[in-house]
Amino acid sequence: MAQLDDASVLALSPKFRLQWEEAQNCYVLLYAEGMIKLNKSASEILTLVDGKRSLGAIIEELKSRFPGAPIESDVKEFIQVAHERGWVHVKEPS
Amino acid sequence: MNADGFTSKNLPKPLWLCAELTYSCPLQCPYCSNPVDFAWQKDTLSTEDWIRVLRQARRLGAVQLGFSGGEPLLRRDLETLVSEGRKLGYYTNLITSAYGLTEARIKALKEAGLDHIQISFQAGVKELNDFMAGTEVFEHKVASARLVKQYGYEVVLNFVIYRDNIDHIDVMLEMAAEIGADQVELANVQYYGWAFLNRDRLLPTKEQVERAEQIAHEYQEKFKGRMRVLFVVPDYYEERPKACMNGWGNLFLTIAPDGTALPCQAARQLPGLEFPNVRNHSVEWIWNESPAFNRFRGFDWMREPCRSCPERFKDFGGCRCQAYLLTGDPANTDPVCSLSPHHDLVLAAIASARASAQQHSDKGKIVFRNVRNSVRAAH
Repeated sequence: MAQLDDASVLALSPKFRLQWEEAQNCYVLLYAEGMIKLNKSASEILTLVDGKRSLGAIIEELKSRFPGAPIESDVKEFIQVAHERGWVHVKEPS
Repeated sequence: MNADGFTSKNLPKPLWLCAELTYSCPLQCPYCSNPVDFAWQKDTLSTEDWIRVLRQARRLGAVQLGFSGGEPLLRRDLETLVSEGRKLGYYTNLITSAYGLTEARIKALKEAGLDHIQISFQAGVKELNDFMAGTEVFEHKVASARLVKQYGYEVVLNFVIYRDNIDHIDVMLEMAAEIGADQVELANVQYYGWAFLNRDRLLPTKEQVERAEQIAHEYQEKFKGRMRVLFVVPDYYEERPKACMNGWGNLFLTIAPDGTALPCQAARQLPGLEFPNVRNHSVEWIWNESPAFNRFRGFDWMREPCRSCPERFKDFGGCRCQAYLLTGDPANTDPVCSLSPHHDLVLAAIASARASAQQHSDKGKIVFRNVRNSVRAAH
């Protein structure tokens, strides 16, 4: 498994589907017979996981959206957990 | 949410929609969750009816859609329904015996947008599997599971666990790992419907359950990160009831083949309740307004010992169908709970099953789920 660092390009695992749910007024991750409700910050991060951006690029994007907020370590921590749980994976350089 | 009841403004949502497309099934598993009198329910919803149900439920917030049965592959319009479900934004699950699952169908379902296939097994070896299924199907199931994997689906294998196969869950788990399953569910039989008729024949002993649970834990470690292993305990051996359906009318909505809307697959048998039909009512009215879906919703309906119990928020008083089957009144506390005044009924059932296991060298009588037995049992 590829190492997780700022240069890692992140993609959602094909086993999960990220989707906005109008009735619940939040983003959810759907998987076989289950669902994870995402809070606002998790949604902000995961909607940027698109198979193109690197972890560093995601952090930069969020910094520009929320200037002055100390987000870097929170994002890294969240991505670490999401990676461990198999929600996101690191795309191998092609 | 107000813990002591629901207001109309913040009613729960039917996040899980189970579409029981048909009660027909080529298999005869004696623990089937379908009603014992299924043979009398011949009237099935049309494709248009189902599409209307999918749309209405989705508007209400349903997001997981399970196509179940009987054997849902028997419906020729399954691909149409999957396609509609996927377009509406459901995560679509097919819960199948694999009977009738050909490569052409796996491909067509993938193209229709099916997200996931769960294949059920009756055992980890051919002889017992095919005996319980009442038909030769084991080898086809294994081949189908491999194909499902090959087509990029998440593969979930569901082994139903009972007295004759509980000592061999290691065989099931090794087989599942070899196939490359993502998840294995070791689902102990829940004793409703056909399983209730066959309880003496199916219920394992406590020693068997404890040993199986330990083996399941060992395999959870062994396959960590590769294959998830879930062990669903038989609630007869618990001290507290399961949070059945996560509460009545709280999360699950089942639509039976004839359009009857139910809070769970087994609820149909409960007396004194008139379950609404999607032919006559909207899903919204059924879920929010119908007397049947509000009958055991929340906590106000409870009697003691549930009514004042701090654990009622966790287990919702257990299962209404089990309360009815064992005590005759669905408003009683689930007798699995050791605080229930009827808990001795569960202990008696355990003792009866143990005696049956010891008495019968031929393992005892078994009632298979088929039309003949259904017609007979309903009289």
